[in-house]
Amino acid sequence: MRTRHLILAALLGASFAPAQVTFQRLLNAEKEPQNWLTYSGNLLGQRYSPLTQITAANVKNLELQWVYQVRSLEKFEATPLVVDGVMYTVQAPNDVIALDAATGRVYWIYQYIPSNDARPCCGRINRGLAILGDTLYMGTIDAHLIAIDAKSGKPLWNTVVGNPKAGYALTHAPLIVKDKVIVGVAGGEYGIRGYIAAYDARTGKEAWKFYTVPGPGEPGNNTWAGDTWKTGGGSVWVTGSYDADTNQTYWGIGNPGPDWNGDLRKGDNLYTDSVVALDADTGKLKWHFQFSPHDEFDYDSVQVPVLANVEWQGRPRKIMYWANRNGFYYALDRTTGQFLRGAPFAKVTWATGLDDAGRPVRAPGSYSTEKGVEIYPGNQGATNWYSPSFSPRTGWFYIPTWDNYSSIFAKLPVEYVEGRNFTAGAPQSIITGVRPGQIVTRKEEEGYGAIRAIDPRTGEKKWDFKMTDVTDSGVLTTGSDLVFAGGREGYFFALDARTGSLLWRMPLGGVVASGPISYMVNGKQYVSVNAGSGMFVFALKQ
Amino acid sequence: MNHWTIVCFALLFAVPAFAQHTFGQADIDDGARLFRANCVICHGPDGDKVSGVDLGHGKFRRATTNEDVENIIIGGIPGTAMPPHNFTEREAFTIVIYLRKMAELASDSATNGGDPARGQALFEGKGGCTACHNILGKGSRTGPNLSEIGLLRRGAEIQRSIVDPDAEIHLSNRSVRATTKGGEEISGRLLNSDTFSVQILDSKERLRTLQRADLRQYAIVEKSPMPSYKDKLSAAELTDVVAYLSSLKGAEAK
Repeated sequence: MRTRHLILAALLGASFAPAQVTFQRLLNAEKEPQNWLTYSGNLLGQRYSPLTQITAANVKNLELQWVYQVRSLEKFEATPLVVDGVMYTVQAPNDVIALDAATGRVYWIYQYIPSNDARPCCGRINRGLAILGDTLYMGTIDAHLIAIDAKSGKPLWNTVVGNPKAGYALTHAPLIVKDKVIVGVAGGEYGIRGYIAAYDARTGKEAWKFYTVPGPGEPGNNTWAGDTWKTGGGSVWVTGSYDADTNQTYWGIGNPGPDWNGDLRKGDNLYTDSVVALDADTGKLKWHFQFSPHDEFDYDSVQVPVLANVEWQGRPRKIMYWANRNGFYYALDRTTGQFLRGAPFAKVTWATGLDDAGRPVRAPGSYSTEKGVEIYPGNQGATNWYSPSFSPRTGWFYIPTWDNYSSIFAKLPVEYVEGRNFTAGAPQSIITGVRPGQIVTRKEEEGYGAIRAIDPRTGEKKWDFKMTDVTDSGVLTTGSDLVFAGGREGYFFALDARTGSLLWRMPLGGVVASGPISYMVNGKQYVSVNAGSGMFVFALKQ
Repeated sequence: MNHWTIVCFALLFAVPAFAQHTFGQADIDDGARLFRANCVICHGPDGDKVSGVDLGHGKFRRATTNEDVENIIIGGIPGTAMPPHNFTEREAFTIVIYLRKMAELASDSATNGGDPARGQALFEGKGGCTACHNILGKGSRTGPNLSEIGLLRRGAEIQRSIVDPDAEIHLSNRSVRATTKGGEEISGRLLNSDTFSVQILDSKERLRTLQRADLRQYAIVEKSPMPSYKDKLSAAELTDVVAYLSSLKGAEAK
């Protein structure tokens, strides 16, 4: 190319502009708090925004800036990304939308029509996107991974990750590590054999694959009786996290299959209900920690692994915090997987505690039966996929909690048929799981929701913000010690991160089933949350 | 619509859709197993957990005939949470007949020879039931509305509620008592509640929102406000009242 052409190209700009979001930017997300570059805001999974314009003193002056209403009746679970003033989100099931983050005006919509074979168990939903360079990545409910040009909204490649007819689906936001896009498959209610796989971000070619249920000859296969590993579940449906120091990527693994009857799959059923630490370059297992061995209560460990560097018993330590669906919270050494501390954070009856290695000590009579047995927490857990938050300022862990909540678990026989529900039971509870109602007439002792702050170093409960109904909302903490969250009642609210006192609330009239985010455009801090079928964006009154 | 079309419609609906399949109790049992294994996650064991749908009482949003329901079970409903399922037509059919059986049992009038007309007279007269209960606009609204109770409860359940009202108080039939900080005593039916407020129909039949912050005391009443009719009605009268209530199927289109 001659010099003149080079100059011309430089003047024209676009085609030679440097790729927008480098992996370095994702790694150092805290240096650009105006953006929200990954599902959890940073690769550590903290859902913490360093922004400080909105404070305890002025949060009462928040006012609505804009609303985006999706054309979908599904739950709106996506966390948006915000990159240099542009927001990207997903309208269920799989439409990607680029909007002006300050005004809500739409730049483009990419509509993907998933195959009618898609059969996600619990809603045709999507939880969000990943970005690298100028490319967005979306997993689809028919188990494809699609790369989309972030400027034009046109697809660049489309890779088949799993077979939707057999129940495989992608519902979580992918995770970018270096030059790879990492996703895991949902389908734990269909007897899938789960896996996490990495794809070349430029081509969509598979780079590695880790089965969450080990096959014959692999360590852990002996935790499955006979051939039950083939239908062992171990789904993945929430985004993992990444630690550059150890080059490990961490993922929470879902329930064993069948969900509610473990008679045939005798053994611990690794790596279901576990966290796995994988070498980010090769997908090789570095360590694992199983929260709920041989689970019959659907206690998916599908939570965001929250990574924090803290002072632990007098010395700096690289920690992973985990509030599990099984009702216990855990602190692990994330380099080795060593169990450091754990205790219930809500009412638990299936186990009396944890032993020195963090393994649950089962309570007598806490086993699923044909007749049914009442267990706390119930089937949806003491928390679930809803993002918790870690504030590096307070050092505390903020957990969306269901307390006093039980289900009656009864097991049934089941036979595996490809693509058919493989759950083997019918848990019953006064609180509905995936289809929340709009009417609540329960008493507190029949189950309630809370945003619960604990000091994870000591296990001490710092405060509770109790709600009459339970919550499917994630939690956001900010650099000015605010906590933003919502719940099924349709409120979006701000709490004081140190005291839990309510500072501001807004009724949005629909279930909050996603995690809030914060970002800044032109010097103005915004807070955004989904409720019902709308995305609501607030900022301070001018 | 001309007469010929009406006749066609009548024929279509009069011929039971079961005609194409024969079935027995074993098929219903198969359907029950498939339903419990595949449907209860979303629809609940009684089929009533998705709003606007009550499979156990024959209330569907989009389906009328058995074939409609079978098609939805197999094909799902694109754009909604209802996924496709790889059942054979026969399997889908067994689920449908199980649902129809549930509906049949639910609306089982269990009259046992009771006389609905006499029951109605007792309900409105000697029983004094309309002091609390409303049927199609008639009676007080302070108690549970009974306009379609025959669709919702079996005869035996209705009878139990009459003789032992505390035996089971449904979540939607709870009542509350509250005292405001100003000293006002309030009671009524609990309609809804959240972290900050409670919605009730008060004893004067007013829709009211109570702010929790304004209340000194607030409690859900443990016992039913309804007296037991165990000793107030003879066995024959009780059977008549149950027969009457079982016959109530809501405001049907005429």
